[in-house]
Amino acid sequence: MRLVILDDYNLASEWAAKYIRNRIIQFKPSADRYFTLGLPTGSTPYGCYQKLIEYYRNGDISFKYVKTFNMDEYVGLPRAHPESYHSYMWNNFFKHIDIDPANAHILDGNAEDLEAECRAYEQKIAGAGGIELFVGGIGPDGHIAFNEPGSSLVSRTRVKTLAKDTIVANARFFGNNLSKVPTMALTVGVGTVMDAKEVMILITGAHKAFALYKAIEEGVNHMWTVSAFQQHPRTIFVCDEDATLELRVKTVKYFKGLMHVHNKLVDPVLSIKDQ
Amino acid sequence: MPSNKSVSDAPITQFINCRILREHQLQRDDLWVREGKILDPEKLFFDEQGYADKRVDCEGSIIAPGFIDVQINGGYGIDFSQACEDVCSGVSFVAKKILEHGVTSFCPTLVTSPPAVYHKVLPQVKVHNGGSHGAGVLGFHLEGPFISLEKKGAHPAQFLRPFKSGDISDLMEAYGSLDNVAMVTLAPELANSQSVVRELSQRGITVSLGHSVANLSQAEDAVKHGATFITHLFNAMLPFHHRDPGIVGLLTSDQVPAGRTVYYGMIADGIHTNPAALRIAHRAHPSGLVLVTDAITAMGLPPGRHTLGQQVIEIQGLHAYVAGCSVEEALEAASLHPAQLLGISNKKGNLDYGSDADLLLLDEALNIKATYISGEEVWRKEP
Repeated sequence: MRLVILDDYNLASEWAAKYIRNRIIQFKPSADRYFTLGLPTGSTPYGCYQKLIEYYRNGDISFKYVKTFNMDEYVGLPRAHPESYHSYMWNNFFKHIDIDPANAHILDGNAEDLEAECRAYEQKIAGAGGIELFVGGIGPDGHIAFNEPGSSLVSRTRVKTLAKDTIVANARFFGNNLSKVPTMALTVGVGTVMDAKEVMILITGAHKAFALYKAIEEGVNHMWTVSAFQQHPRTIFVCDEDATLELRVKTVKYFKGLMHVHNKLVDPVLSIKDQ
Repeated sequence: MPSNKSVSDAPITQFINCRILREHQLQRDDLWVREGKILDPEKLFFDEQGYADKRVDCEGSIIAPGFIDVQINGGYGIDFSQACEDVCSGVSFVAKKILEHGVTSFCPTLVTSPPAVYHKVLPQVKVHNGGSHGAGVLGFHLEGPFISLEKKGAHPAQFLRPFKSGDISDLMEAYGSLDNVAMVTLAPELANSQSVVRELSQRGITVSLGHSVANLSQAEDAVKHGATFITHLFNAMLPFHHRDPGIVGLLTSDQVPAGRTVYYGMIADGIHTNPAALRIAHRAHPSGLVLVTDAITAMGLPPGRHTLGQQVIEIQGLHAYVAGCSVEEALEAASLHPAQLLGISNKKGNLDYGSDADLLLLDEALNIKATYISGEEVWRKEP
């Protein structure tokens, strides 16, 4: 894995956005060959989305030939509800960029047949040629997407019941009222994300530090599902200082020492204006 | 990009680089319009996988809902209260001119007149939508003749009337027809007024109190029976008195039925009302403020002698004035509040999804740069 450590949230968000930008531009996407991007929601990737919007507004990047697949969506929450992941993606990303609406895929938590919806999603991903880069976050309980502790590490897109930890963590978006938080969600599986050519996990904040420790310094374990990516050939963890607080000093020193290598991935930062 | 027509073939316009009035605040956001109505872009994106056909760059302008003027007696040489053969063309002429001032819907107002005038004028003008031909007509505002002699203002005394029976016959005798009437101003202290207020309210006609010497209790009574507006607050009514605030007291009365708002018209020209008085009213009851012009024939014309109904008046000069509130509140007083007053806020007076796309592009000083009705540009300021 690559463990990229930046000083703070803003720098981590910027590094991640630059990486995504460079990957898309280097790929040279076109009408015959779309760049497929997996996307997360939540407070962690917010800064990264803001930077990507800025790059689009400056004319340095276009999402015209990018197909996106979000990781998850609540079950039973009306799509127009301000806390649905559809609303999140529209307000924080899609409405500000030039992505073709037909290429922005999010699981439908209000589908008549949830299992059919999940199967169809897997087919859409396969039909798009698989995911080139899957961006994700980590929950305080070490989950990736809504693959709660105990999820199979080879799981596919399916319906999951949310763990208490996750409901508590999300209550702040529902007026701190636990009873208003949805209890189920549709989510891509650990296996689904493992199928991506490359995985980038964003982890910021001291409250995620223990989960990061469990994910990269302990063994592969279905109780901390992000640990599955220890077995992926191309994973990047992008964090801020606070997220490394539970790691061994030796681990942090080693990867900080590699920053000059990591930074070659984002410096120089590319632009479509130069093409 | 491939075709985006799934729900409708109609073209979609996206207004960009603007600040729109939404949820009582000016927010940096785009505004989307299709088939003359404000469109929800999120639904368009996810349900229809649609996008804009045309983008209008507003260059940082403010977008506000079109203004609604519920009290305008004429302008540019036209006097709505003159019983002429062709009232329609007069109304149309004014309707076209007021687009320049950002008014997209209005209530042509008739001052106290003899029955012959009402009988002749009312049937000639129907409620209709605006467009490139001019602002939409929401219905007549009949100010009088059931008003107080002591507070007649510029109205002719000889044509004032009492309520003989208090039922529909009084109205029919005076007006002839209520078909295209949106509002009636009357004095509630007149005998038999309560049943008239009820009758009009039940027909969906807004009842306004004005040109009256009513005390607070008479005014509250009228509100209980359905009155919801005060015609040009402070003018042509008893002044506020601390032991009997009169009609002005409605702004803070605790007798207003729950869920009901009493709106009040203000002529904010700095002349009809001292700005300090305007501010007192606004601070006491900000959500009820409705800006009106009460414009007369002479609006837009040079100084001189003009008619106002059956009277002849002199004009020295005009200037407009908005004081004491935020930009958002001022814009709402000219658009949202009159729409709420007339019960049409489900489609006018705001930029909510599904509302008619009657919009104004304004600069920082609230000068009108362009006027749109149903999404179509109907006036633009010469550069």
